[in-house]
Amino acid sequence: MTEPVAETAPRRLTVFLVDDHAMFRAGVRSELGAHVDVVGEASSVAEAISRIQAVRPDVVLLDVHMPDGGGRAVLESIRRTHPQVLFLALSVSDAAEDVIGLIRAGARGYVTKTISPDELAAAVRRVADGDAVFSPRLAGFVLDAFASRPDVPVADPELDQLTNREREVLRLLARGYAYKEIAKELFISIKTVETHVSNVLRKLQMSNRYELSRWAADRRLV
Amino acid sequence: MYRPRDHRIVAGVAAGLARHLGVPVLAVRIALVVLLGFNALGLLLYAAYWAVLPQEARGDEQPAGRDLSALAPFAAIGLGVVLLQALVFDDQVATTVGWMIAVIAVGAGVIWHQSDSSRREQGADYNIASTPWVAAIVSENDRRSFLFRFIGGGVLVAIGLIGVVAVYAPDNSISAVFNGVIFAFVGLAGVGVVVAPLLWRTFGQLRAEREGRIREQERAELAAMIHDQVLHTLALIQRNSADIKEVQRLARGQERSLRNWLYKPTASPTERFAAALEQAAAEVEDTYAITVETVVVGDTQCDDRVAALVAAAREALVNAARHAGVQTVSLYAEVEEDELSVFVRDRGAGFEIDGVAETRHGVRGSIIGRMQRHGGRAEIRSAPGDGTEVRLMLPVTRESVTAGKEQAR
Repeated sequence: MTEPVAETAPRRLTVFLVDDHAMFRAGVRSELGAHVDVVGEASSVAEAISRIQAVRPDVVLLDVHMPDGGGRAVLESIRRTHPQVLFLALSVSDAAEDVIGLIRAGARGYVTKTISPDELAAAVRRVADGDAVFSPRLAGFVLDAFASRPDVPVADPELDQLTNREREVLRLLARGYAYKEIAKELFISIKTVETHVSNVLRKLQMSNRYELSRWAADRRLV
Repeated sequence: MYRPRDHRIVAGVAAGLARHLGVPVLAVRIALVVLLGFNALGLLLYAAYWAVLPQEARGDEQPAGRDLSALAPFAAIGLGVVLLQALVFDDQVATTVGWMIAVIAVGAGVIWHQSDSSRREQGADYNIASTPWVAAIVSENDRRSFLFRFIGGGVLVAIGLIGVVAVYAPDNSISAVFNGVIFAFVGLAGVGVVVAPLLWRTFGQLRAEREGRIREQERAELAAMIHDQVLHTLALIQRNSADIKEVQRLARGQERSLRNWLYKPTASPTERFAAALEQAAAEVEDTYAITVETVVVGDTQCDDRVAALVAAAREALVNAARHAGVQTVSLYAEVEEDELSVFVRDRGAGFEIDGVAETRHGVRGSIIGRMQRHGGRAEIRSAPGDGTEVRLMLPVTRESVTAGKEQAR
């Protein structure tokens, strides 16, 4: 959730870029400049941690792979000290391990670098509003991760199991539907769709790590 | 444990031992010299430690100079011990010891050189440079010297064996022959001591070389891939930079192929459902210069019916690419226990399904008809301005798979 805004004028979102490619940072900065305030950039894990703690942006656009460690290190470190900072992973990699790993560490969404500027701006806004951003591919990974599970309730069904409704929402997301279209398709409100998606994200972050390793092993077998 | 560079007389074995054990260097040296009396055990030990112990890493400071004069007393004591032994025991033992010392001295000389390879650079300090024939024996740099050493070793062994026969054959007694065999073994052991470190080092070099070759091969493979694909694509992009569609098509194809190369385990498109779908999507991407966002959940074996499903999905993708007028089409496929489903969605122009002429066979024949022939079904949802979604469903139970095949024939 965003912090309560003190000023009366509608405040522009502050965004921080973490990416080791200067050219990519410059590109994103110019693309997002019209919509949000890009308040800082960092090209390494250490630099990102110290700068983010100093600037305290609303949203951090986080690269997954960096030379001196993953974006995950930044994420875990900042979340310990500044839990109000929100993270949106922005990566060239769409490997399942990277995506699921970052979401589990606490990123609020995951988009790939091929995303269009408008979609990226919308994604940043949605993350800032407290929602999750699921790309179709991410939805596919999540379905994959939970697909092989039997439908019998497990020890903590609240935590590990996706409800049928959440599954439906994810399927539509994976099929390329927008939230608005999902709401229309399922005869529910957009707000409900967002709630479902946020719940999925929460479950993904909280479900145990054995699941992930087992799932990875399963995938290699398939 | 290591052999230090300072405080050494010959190779630093005694100094290293003393440092490791925490006793005075002199004590270790005297012990080694006294051990010389027991069938040259001291010399054997020294040679063994010399071969095994690594030399101390070269420090910044200049090591203390080696003074060979310190060797003299030990040599004298050693000589004394050996002579004493020769006097106490009978001549034969003394002769054996003499031979062993000779053999081991040669071995030690070679080991000295091979274990202190750093010396070769500063050869002026040693006699090697001034005596080329020594260098010919001990240096391992070229094939000729290796051959020379090999022949020399063989000659030594032969001379040793001839010596054994010459000395002991006239006696013609069993014990003499037995002694001769022992003598021969000692000689062979000496040769072994000489050769073993050399072999060990050769194996090490071979291993390192093989690892290097593997690394080099991987690098070459990567370089070849980048050259064949990335560089050519970049060159094409530069030449076609005005044609945005072409640039996008090239970049997309390149991205996909790199991604596959980096992350994807390879699967044959004729065997696996997911691979077949991805290949179809890739073909459409390349042909029509659009992006197909492919998401496949689960995977299964391919058979005739699954291939038909893939073909129908491909047709749906082609239709979307040709008629929707958009850059991105979504392809989602899910493998469930009882059903395979594929969704092709675009946000393009859309159309009135009822308005499609009966004579147009693309949708009716290639998608709906094909699915029906294989026991599946297809739905098309479309509205002008709202995009199109093609839904393909194929039930898969064991029975239906067989039935579908029979039906198809």
